[in-house]
Amino acid sequence: MSKRASKLSRRRFIANTALASTALIAAPYVRGANAAGKLSIGFWDHWVPGANNVTKTLVEEWAAKEKVDVQIDFITSQANKLRLTIAAEAVARSGHDVLALASWWPNEYADKLEPVDDVMAPLIKLNGAVNDTVKYLGQINGKWVAVPATFGSQIKGPCSRIDLMKQHAGIDVQAMYPAGAKPNADNWTLETFLKAAEGCHKGGVPFGIGVGITSDSVDTIGALFHAFGAQLVDAKGNITAKSDPVRQSLDYYKQLMAFLPPDVPAWDDASNNKWLIAGKGALIMNPPSAWAVAKRDAPKVAEQLWTHGFPVGPKGRYAPYIPQFWGIWNFSKNKPAAKSLIARLSQPDAIEKMVVASNGYDLPAYANMTELKTWAEEGPPKGTLYHYPNPYNHMVLSIGGTPAPHAIAYQMYSQGLMTKLAVRHFQGEAMEKTLDYAVKELEGYTRT
Amino acid sequence: MADVTITRTGLPAEAGQVSSLQRLMRRKSTIAFIMTLPLLLVIFTLVAYPAFYSLHLATLNKSMVRFVGLGNFEFLFGRETFWLVVYQSCLFAVTAVIFKAIIGFTVAHFVHNIPSKGQRKWRGMLLVPWVIPPAMSTLAWLWLFDPSYSAFNWLLAHVGVAPVSWTGNTHWARFSVILVNIWVGAPFFMIMYLAALKSVPEQLYEASEIDGANWWQRIWYITLPMMRNIISITALFSLIVTFANFDIVRVLTGGGPLDSTHLFATWAFRVGIESGDIPLGACVSLFMVPILAVAATLILRDIGKRGNEA
Repeated sequence: MSKRASKLSRRRFIANTALASTALIAAPYVRGANAAGKLSIGFWDHWVPGANNVTKTLVEEWAAKEKVDVQIDFITSQANKLRLTIAAEAVARSGHDVLALASWWPNEYADKLEPVDDVMAPLIKLNGAVNDTVKYLGQINGKWVAVPATFGSQIKGPCSRIDLMKQHAGIDVQAMYPAGAKPNADNWTLETFLKAAEGCHKGGVPFGIGVGITSDSVDTIGALFHAFGAQLVDAKGNITAKSDPVRQSLDYYKQLMAFLPPDVPAWDDASNNKWLIAGKGALIMNPPSAWAVAKRDAPKVAEQLWTHGFPVGPKGRYAPYIPQFWGIWNFSKNKPAAKSLIARLSQPDAIEKMVVASNGYDLPAYANMTELKTWAEEGPPKGTLYHYPNPYNHMVLSIGGTPAPHAIAYQMYSQGLMTKLAVRHFQGEAMEKTLDYAVKELEGYTRT
Repeated sequence: MADVTITRTGLPAEAGQVSSLQRLMRRKSTIAFIMTLPLLLVIFTLVAYPAFYSLHLATLNKSMVRFVGLGNFEFLFGRETFWLVVYQSCLFAVTAVIFKAIIGFTVAHFVHNIPSKGQRKWRGMLLVPWVIPPAMSTLAWLWLFDPSYSAFNWLLAHVGVAPVSWTGNTHWARFSVILVNIWVGAPFFMIMYLAALKSVPEQLYEASEIDGANWWQRIWYITLPMMRNIISITALFSLIVTFANFDIVRVLTGGGPLDSTHLFATWAFRVGIESGDIPLGACVSLFMVPILAVAATLILRDIGKRGNEA
């Protein structure tokens, strides 16, 4: 260092200083409309009409204030459009700066995502803690790789017909989950649930629970597995399919499937909604999108719908929680702006606007944000969504496949392993043969 | 002086180069090559490069950071679902092609016998299933087979038949995807066979009639031998397209129930894109190549043999 300093002659120093000064003086002062650069965002295209507009407005307001030139794309998840976009951008290392990521994708693309601990820490301080499922999906080795998004996050709890449940199952769901008050659901157990399924089946309005391989089906069976304490793979990656809780879960599903419509193995995520809206069934497992559509297309049905909690099993009361995330590619050219935007969209006022715009469908991940007035006021019937965000922490919010390591759990989830096991067993395959199949599949999922 | 020398020695050489370039450009094969160059580039970009890239992908581990050689192929051989997909793909393609050929052949005969005045209308109408994009027409079939609101079940209920779980039962689901594929593909066979029928010389039928040949003998000894090359080529082409089918299964059953309707393409998508294992997905899709190569070799060899006989 001293050597270099000694080589810097007086003549050269003066020349360099003059050059730098000239450049500084000559350069114009730039403070344009988009001085903070460009930002390209790929949001999930929301089901609820108008929900995109609020997010768009929030982004545009932020962009105007921060002087960022934004481009917003709302990308549908239909036909895997969003999935394919993300896969292509990850390979090409080019595309949007910020992208909406479905539950399992932060982990899948962790090595290509910008760490966001610096965004999450203040948000948790401001909005409250997040549950373990959000941490499981959004963190890798304790580091946040994506920020939980309110936009699109949901709980897939039961949505019941008030009248049909009273008539055929003798259950008053409004009394069990009263609007504005704590749940009174001690008797809402898996046994009660099975009896109610039987009663409604006999009454000609069976529960509409899919046993296909799309997410609604997998989420429901995932929560039921948790309620029995069943794990196909434990947190360390050991295959534990041949265990009593797994056998109990499959036996329970076998009993339940006898009371479901015969074609449930072929159901997709639209089938259960149609089932409820058409007035053919007494209960489905879904976020309030079915209720929202019924409000528009079948108002008489909508007036009888009540969203409430899951039945409790031997190991607890679990509900499927499907958080969405916002991630920033590590090849993004404007990471500070991306972080600033995500932080803005996670402020309490922005969260509330999104919840209102989605008619209560969107669920914030944060503990302090579960008692917004939208859920209390939405109707008819008034209070139908009051218990949707789990305001009393009455249920453990979970996702199917946990606590297995992410890569294995994701395969279990995306290939619908649990529902396949249930269908095989229901169709008469011996329990041990079904479990042998499970073990073989799981061995395949563990490949690295 | 030196400059002059260079100019003198350079001139004849330059003139020779230009003339040989001109000669090259005047050759028909050169012009043909230049004119096909854009197509070759498109084929290279959209076919050859992805094909070699998928070969490369198939040799990588799940996280695409390590070379595993044929490890992915070895892994697949041990999977129950893989063999189910092989079985289902063969069943789907062979059954669908046979029925498409039979239906196409029969309908082509009917259309051939319609007076030429009204034939165009029929040809146009019969081609409709083939010209509609399959992803769209399969959506209509999806509603017809809908698990809960099937229009077919509604009709069956009127004649006292119990509802059929079209896409929920393994056998019915296989039947459904094959049926839709036949519906989409039969018009292609029909139009190919119709063209072939029109090229059979009428004199052959007249001569056979004089010899007292019946309808079946005319079909067996004249029509089929005259059409066999077009039958083989159509069958091969259809076999390749049917084997590689994606949209019908994807829209109608998504590969379910219990993976019983997956084809190579749909399972490759499920494994590669939806389950985040791109090397394994590439590996699954590559399995179509040897199977189709064997089928193509057998059929084309047969055509070549007949060509030599002729």
